[in-house]
Amino acid sequence: MRPRQSNFWKVFATPTVIALLSAAGLFAALLGDGIWDGLSWIGLGVPAVLGVRGLMQRQ
Amino acid sequence: MKSKTIRRWSFIHTWTSLICTAFLLMLALTGLPLIFHHEIEHLLGDAPVLRQMPADTPHLDLQQLVAKAQAHRPGEVMQYFGWDEDEPNGVITIMAKTAGTEPNLSHTYMLDARTGEPVAMPSANGGLMMFILRLHVDLFAGLPGKLLLAFMGILFVLAIVSGAVLYLPFMRRLKFGTVRQEKSTRLRWLDLHNLIGIVTLTWALVVGVTGVVSACADLLIAAWRNEALSAMIEPYREAPPLTRLAPASQLLEIAQRAAPEMQADFIAFPGTRFSSEHHYAVFMKGSTHLTSHLLTPVLIDASTLEVTAIAERPWYMDVMGMSQPLHFGDYGGMPMKVLWAALDVLTIIVLGSGLYLWTARRRAAKPPAVAQESTP
Repeated sequence: MRPRQSNFWKVFATPTVIALLSAAGLFAALLGDGIWDGLSWIGLGVPAVLGVRGLMQRQ
Repeated sequence: MKSKTIRRWSFIHTWTSLICTAFLLMLALTGLPLIFHHEIEHLLGDAPVLRQMPADTPHLDLQQLVAKAQAHRPGEVMQYFGWDEDEPNGVITIMAKTAGTEPNLSHTYMLDARTGEPVAMPSANGGLMMFILRLHVDLFAGLPGKLLLAFMGILFVLAIVSGAVLYLPFMRRLKFGTVRQEKSTRLRWLDLHNLIGIVTLTWALVVGVTGVVSACADLLIAAWRNEALSAMIEPYREAPPLTRLAPASQLLEIAQRAAPEMQADFIAFPGTRFSSEHHYAVFMKGSTHLTSHLLTPVLIDASTLEVTAIAERPWYMDVMGMSQPLHFGDYGGMPMKVLWAALDVLTIIVLGSGLYLWTARRRAAKPPAVAQESTP
């Protein structure tokens, strides 16, 4: 049950990117309209799409 | 991570989640229609609709509007005038028996700023959306209800953090996004719980924390009154209660001169919890996107109309101001609302699957193996 240190980034690399994208998405629309709104839709769209895709995939 | 450490985190995750799940499910379910409250009110015909008039029709001055308001609801006094960007010709008007009456007993409607004609805002005073809002905000239990929900919010945040810690041992041998379909229902839902939980983590944390802050708003406002406001109104401590208020006509211009770079968001009449017994407070918002959520009160003496002070904004009032959009998801147009709803539904699925995994695990652990019982 003892993981090696490298396991951390192996497991958390993708979630970290998603977390940063969501945070940027949450923040972007506070700064302005137009392009900023667009950025926030992308940032928040990534977790939403990944979550829904997980639910949809069935053999 | 040692198995003992895992067991500890697992214990935290299980119990923080179990305690808050029922409340969080209620919050997530009632929150869903609240994301679209604006659209739903329009659909139900509850949104105020002002009559068509030429675009350049001049507005009445504020004192004329006060007179109209008092004629419309005799026996009540003014609490607030507020402005809504969606309806530049309307002034949201809140009145009650006394200025200090608590918000849930106030009556809200709109005055047409051009004619002074009152227009009903049914959804601000009752009805289905208000019922949902009250459930979501305080369970119809006032401050104790808000604080209970705030506590549940803190447990939710702990559940998220401990869940993220447990993500590591569970996913060590799996590629990101793996959902094992063929093995068992329990395994499929475990993988989905982990996947959806980790992708919605940031959003859920932000909505959770800002929800806790909003639930504590009453306490923050009280602290602000005690700190900032009481120092400024100290000279008025001995002053007799006002019997006549100076006319409200020029309040916006006076506040504008005091805070030139800002715009009025609402006016608190003397005696409300956002003003003092002797002051009008004009709450000015910043003119950039970011600062439009931050309010600065200009206190105007209600008998001389002199500016007493432009109140300092303590950091916690800024936190409270920024928490609102980040909790409501109303600052990035319709696509953001749809994403907010999707993430909300995904959170409901994480909560539901968590509950399912807990019962499935207990059922599996019970009959044959007695030794396993202690690991929840």
